[in-house]
Amino acid sequence: MERIDCHTQERAPILEALEEFKSRRIVPFDVPGHKRGRGNAELAGFLGDACLSVDVNSMKMLDNLCHPVSVIREAEALAAEAFGAAHAFFMVGGTTSSVQAMILTAAKRGETIILPRNVHRSVINAMILSGAVPVYVNPQTDERLGISLGMRFEDVERAILSHPDAKAVFVNNPTYYGICSNLRAITDLAHAHGMMLLADEAHGTHFYFHDDLPEAAMHAGADMASISMHKSGGSLTQSSMLLIGPNVHAGYVHQIINLTQTTSASYLLLVSLDISRRNLAIRGREMVGNVIRLVAYARDEINAIGDYYAYGRELIDGDAVCDFDVTKLSVYTRSVGLAGIEVYDLLRDEYDIQTEFGDIANLLAYVSVGDRPKDIERLVAALSEIRRNYRKDSSKMLRAEYIDPEVVAAPQEAFYAEKESLPIEETAGRVCSEFVMCYPPGIPILAPGERITDEILAYVRYAKKKGCQMTGPEDMSLRRLNVMK
Amino acid sequence: MNLWFTEHHTPHVRFSIQVDRQIYSAQSEFQRIDIFESEEFGRFLTLDGYMMLTEKDEFIYHEMMVHVPMCVHKDVRDVLVIGGGDGGTVRELLRYGKIRRIDLVEIDALVVEACGKYLPQTAAGLRDPRVSIHYEDGLKFVRHAHDAYDLILVDSTDPFGPGEGLFTKEFYGNCCKALREDGIMVNQHESPFYAADAEAMQRAHKRIALSFPICRVYQAHIPTYPSGHWLFGFASKRYAPVLGVDWARWKALKIPTRYYNTKLHAGAFALPTYVEEMLRHVEG
Repeated sequence: MERIDCHTQERAPILEALEEFKSRRIVPFDVPGHKRGRGNAELAGFLGDACLSVDVNSMKMLDNLCHPVSVIREAEALAAEAFGAAHAFFMVGGTTSSVQAMILTAAKRGETIILPRNVHRSVINAMILSGAVPVYVNPQTDERLGISLGMRFEDVERAILSHPDAKAVFVNNPTYYGICSNLRAITDLAHAHGMMLLADEAHGTHFYFHDDLPEAAMHAGADMASISMHKSGGSLTQSSMLLIGPNVHAGYVHQIINLTQTTSASYLLLVSLDISRRNLAIRGREMVGNVIRLVAYARDEINAIGDYYAYGRELIDGDAVCDFDVTKLSVYTRSVGLAGIEVYDLLRDEYDIQTEFGDIANLLAYVSVGDRPKDIERLVAALSEIRRNYRKDSSKMLRAEYIDPEVVAAPQEAFYAEKESLPIEETAGRVCSEFVMCYPPGIPILAPGERITDEILAYVRYAKKKGCQMTGPEDMSLRRLNVMK
Repeated sequence: MNLWFTEHHTPHVRFSIQVDRQIYSAQSEFQRIDIFESEEFGRFLTLDGYMMLTEKDEFIYHEMMVHVPMCVHKDVRDVLVIGGGDGGTVRELLRYGKIRRIDLVEIDALVVEACGKYLPQTAAGLRDPRVSIHYEDGLKFVRHAHDAYDLILVDSTDPFGPGEGLFTKEFYGNCCKALREDGIMVNQHESPFYAADAEAMQRAHKRIALSFPICRVYQAHIPTYPSGHWLFGFASKRYAPVLGVDWARWKALKIPTRYYNTKLHAGAFALPTYVEEMLRHVEG
């Protein structure tokens, strides 16, 4: 770990530099052209002068994200210390950019990465860029809830043994629903076979700051972890961090990041990372503790309504569900006769409550440091009303099954291959050359290079009918699909 | 002394009362509570700087909230009051011997404590054995009640701050569920006059209409509330607010009032044309 003397977690180097910059009243003959908002009164009026006065470009006193040598470097070192990493990179392209950097670092064209199917689309997108080949581990499915779980240790072991030349194992820590695999054991296994361990911690930033939560990737010995500071960490949307362990070459990762990263990183995003890191380091335990208590209350109250099932640690089975993130408020809704997406729509349209997502059987309400007890009361009361007013017979609902993909070609090969567009009903048996995603949560139903089956088409029709937003294909209405010639 | 309490009724309209002295000030977990003494209005209570009641005109609000539904419904036994920690609504309810139970759900214990000490005119009744005070979130309380009340009175603050959950569709729906099959809900319904209040009024009306088969609005003149023109919502599962009401029955109870009477009751549902239009606009 880089040591920077006498910098404690109370410091916020980027914040301090911006304060200093403001007090110097420097005359701007550089970009951005709005010049502290003076050139765009409407925008300044909407966002506030304070905001636009620090929407500035890299300069000597503010450092440069592409080549950090002063305040950004210091802020990253403080973040690394706070998260127990060897190095932390501030990211401004969302956690998507962090995930991309992990994949591009770990595997070149033709090299293999072992990963669970329920990865975020950004992982497979990164493989289109790099040319890496996925080997999917079937994440177990909870039959009742219809959600993907974690990877079982023995399934990862089998994948490693049958692909000994794989470069890395990729793990969700946790999934969108809060499910964790046995990260420590899988990390040790990967290392024993000379593979890197990459962790998608988009939904796990808070793991680093409370003992009652699943183990964080860096603490478990992972080599790289992508953390969405803007989710549970409290920073601005699109800001993120990439953490690396001691055995990863920071300079190389930096080069990889700079392949796709903007050269005009937003200081609003950077300072939000700096301030949020300071907050988490100083008050993280208390903040996360409050969220744990709020969610525990909501879970009990929702379960007391009847029919709904807000699940928690009882799902833990020591393997496919090795641990559960109790800050996730995931609610099974099918027992009310409603798809999760239907409850999601009702909450928004009828009760002015916006939740994170609904899938076919589940609803996820994202609870964080910004929530108040009275908001939790509204959510619980609205769910109770939805049950009273909209409850239906649940027997006719299709179950959401895990569909094992048949990978025929690498994502990059399929994406760039000669292709043709067919009506979706005529595509069974062909190899898909694009994504089909049910969004949210953005986990692929079909990825480039995979065989289309009748079972998959039935699932697509059903999810469409239930109001899930289907994204990915060139034809946004999803009436046609591109397949390899 | 030139000391004034001022409330912004809109960003461009101010309402001021000369204050003789401040009697009480505290910050609770939920809001700032102040009680002032004034020459013109006697003592008055403000929450987060918004006027809640004055000793001089509180009778109008409390009589109109309570006696309208109590005249319509012949057999009210169990009453739920949400908010109303000042005790004025409970005071009027206690005039009815037939009522056997009043549950008062007030989120802020400090409001009850302060009013008990400094506003005995409204708060004295809170110590009556028929009254149970529950210090919790109104939305939460009503969620757990089923077919349990004849009358629910929503004596809330404005639709922002601690009272915002009491202007939601989920709250009105839960109230409907908590009422018996002939139950009535009356709520503080904001004002039609200034744009921001009118918008809140329309939203509330729209949401109540989604939960109750009978949904009407009536008015009163309250000098210290913005514009002075204030509305109440009358939502009911069976009884209409005027048609078929047994006026003689209520008169025979010989309940002393200063604002309310049965003629005024009938007239209060006759609304100005612009208000009727606003309501029709959201009834769909």
